[in-house]
Amino acid sequence: MNLLQTFRIAFRALLRNKMRSFLTTLGVVIGVGAVIAMVAIGEGAKSSVEQAFAAMGTNLLIVMSGANTAGGVRGGFGSQPTLTWDDLKAIQSEVPTVKAAAAFLRSTSSVVSEDQNWTTQVGGTSPEYLEIRSWPVAQGRAFTQSDVESATKVALLGRTVADKLYGPSADPVGQLLRINNVPFEVVGLLATKGQSAIGQDYDDTVLVPSSTFRAKIQGGLRSYLNGTIFIQATSGADLPRAQESVTALLRDRHRLAQGVDDDFSLRNLTEMASAQAQGTETMTTLLASIAFVSLLVGGIGIMNIMLVSVTERTREIGLRMAIGAKPHQILAQFLVEAFTLSSMGGALGVMFGVGTALYLASRFGWPLLIRPDIVGVSVLFSALVGIGFGLYPAYKASRLDPIDALRYE
Amino acid sequence: MEPGARPLIELSEVVKDYYLGEIELRVLKGITLSIRDGEFVAIMGSSGSGKSTLMNILGCLDRPSAGRYSLAGHDVSGLDRGALAEMRNQTLGFVFQNFNLLSRTSALENVELPLVYAGVRSRERKLRAERALERVGLATRLDHHPNQLSGGQQQRVAIARALVGEPRLILADEPTGNLDSRTSLEVMGLFQELGRSGITMVVVTHEPDIATYASRVIVLKDGLVESDHVQEPADARAELEKSMTRTQVPA
Repeated sequence: MNLLQTFRIAFRALLRNKMRSFLTTLGVVIGVGAVIAMVAIGEGAKSSVEQAFAAMGTNLLIVMSGANTAGGVRGGFGSQPTLTWDDLKAIQSEVPTVKAAAAFLRSTSSVVSEDQNWTTQVGGTSPEYLEIRSWPVAQGRAFTQSDVESATKVALLGRTVADKLYGPSADPVGQLLRINNVPFEVVGLLATKGQSAIGQDYDDTVLVPSSTFRAKIQGGLRSYLNGTIFIQATSGADLPRAQESVTALLRDRHRLAQGVDDDFSLRNLTEMASAQAQGTETMTTLLASIAFVSLLVGGIGIMNIMLVSVTERTREIGLRMAIGAKPHQILAQFLVEAFTLSSMGGALGVMFGVGTALYLASRFGWPLLIRPDIVGVSVLFSALVGIGFGLYPAYKASRLDPIDALRYE
Repeated sequence: MEPGARPLIELSEVVKDYYLGEIELRVLKGITLSIRDGEFVAIMGSSGSGKSTLMNILGCLDRPSAGRYSLAGHDVSGLDRGALAEMRNQTLGFVFQNFNLLSRTSALENVELPLVYAGVRSRERKLRAERALERVGLATRLDHHPNQLSGGQQQRVAIARALVGEPRLILADEPTGNLDSRTSLEVMGLFQELGRSGITMVVVTHEPDIATYASRVIVLKDGLVESDHVQEPADARAELEKSMTRTQVPA
């Protein structure tokens, strides 16, 4: 008797009790489906968090000026400019793990077109900033290094500002714009970036060259940089080293003795991002382990039904033994039945899980992230559950005494 | 069978004890007998005489506590469960009082079952099962499930199942116990036909009527052989025809 025949006998036995077989399988279907769907949900949530952080720019460090303390009032970061334009140059040229660095000066100003006005954040910066924030220009052009050097009056608009000033989805390139009564030419429209993690609209902004910003919008001290410096490290792995090097460089340039607090603050956004991602990862693990427990419960359901089935079919087992079935053949028959139940459940569960994941992905706009390794592991596990939990009932069946079994009522 | 050839069944001083808790119960107290190829033996006895136990030992379902049992030249007293199963599959056919057919399974598949365990290929299995069912007169009922068959037909399917492995011995335990007198005659007629074709038949029964169709009657009492005699068997087929003509008398 070969394996194929054993499978056929098992299959026929299962078909004799279709409803029961289906209900037994359901436990495993739900278990496997839940594992797959939960992991997909977790992965989707993780990637949407990662996307939110990626929108801010990757491998990003932000340096802000330090705090001043006057008359016992501590002013908070940025209350006293301590960063200088030479600091920026030093960061750009002296730290090998820094890929790009850009100053960002900000002011809230009223911007005026021919017939509309809008109050928004005006940023003064350099072309590196767009690169660091991975923020391309959708229409027109970005301003260039020479725009910065010669302080040309050019501006890049975010989508929201363009809508407010020139009407929805109008092309603002070439239009004129006044900021603090100074005319600027709109040379480009920034790509839509959406909202930040805390709901701030990235697209509600106007960018101008930092030199123009300092000359026409907000003055200030000549050598001090009255804003923040955005730094992009060469890679994620280099980020901690870049952070250390920049800190050391700035401490050195600011002549801070050992033990004295930094007069600037350096923030690592990637750390926040990975902390967030770790949070969702923990949630995924939690959900998956709960789902895994339900898979285990499904396995116990199989064992229960197999035990009932062995009792119910005691006479059949006795007969099979009387006409020549060896104990190991009876064992194989019931094992294969349990295995068939659980692996069918596994297969249905994959469909169920993938379906749920598809639905949720389209519902919440997450990317569909079905991990093939999780699918494989849960199918394999469901088959093992069948064999594991089927073993005891099958062993029980194979140890029956044919005489007692034949006489069983 | 040529005289001097080794008998198909040889029991010598077979003892069987059962343990019911502390109490030891000796059901067979030393049975010695031999049955030759082609004999038609009825084993009789009241309940508690040990005939079922003897049947189980003859059928290799149970092993004697002491004594020797050899079947078709093999000593089966010391075989393990697997080897006993093979012995049953290769040498024996069983017919039970309650038929023991698999429900929701066609007659053909029921008959094929012993061949499945014998490792016969599916095409040959089907052919042989069809032939066995033809032999018991059920060629037109191959696809019927047991619940679509009468008691007599079900028992004939069971006989076909016993036949299909071409056994040397068919053991029947109260084969007519659940049948009316007419179908009992049919079944016994079939048994006599099989006996004539060379298969050794052993029928356990408590009905003296049934025992009249055997060529040898062994009576057990309290675990011992009380009597063992050869007789001229009654012809079940002829009696069946006679009873049929009786019922066909016009009113």
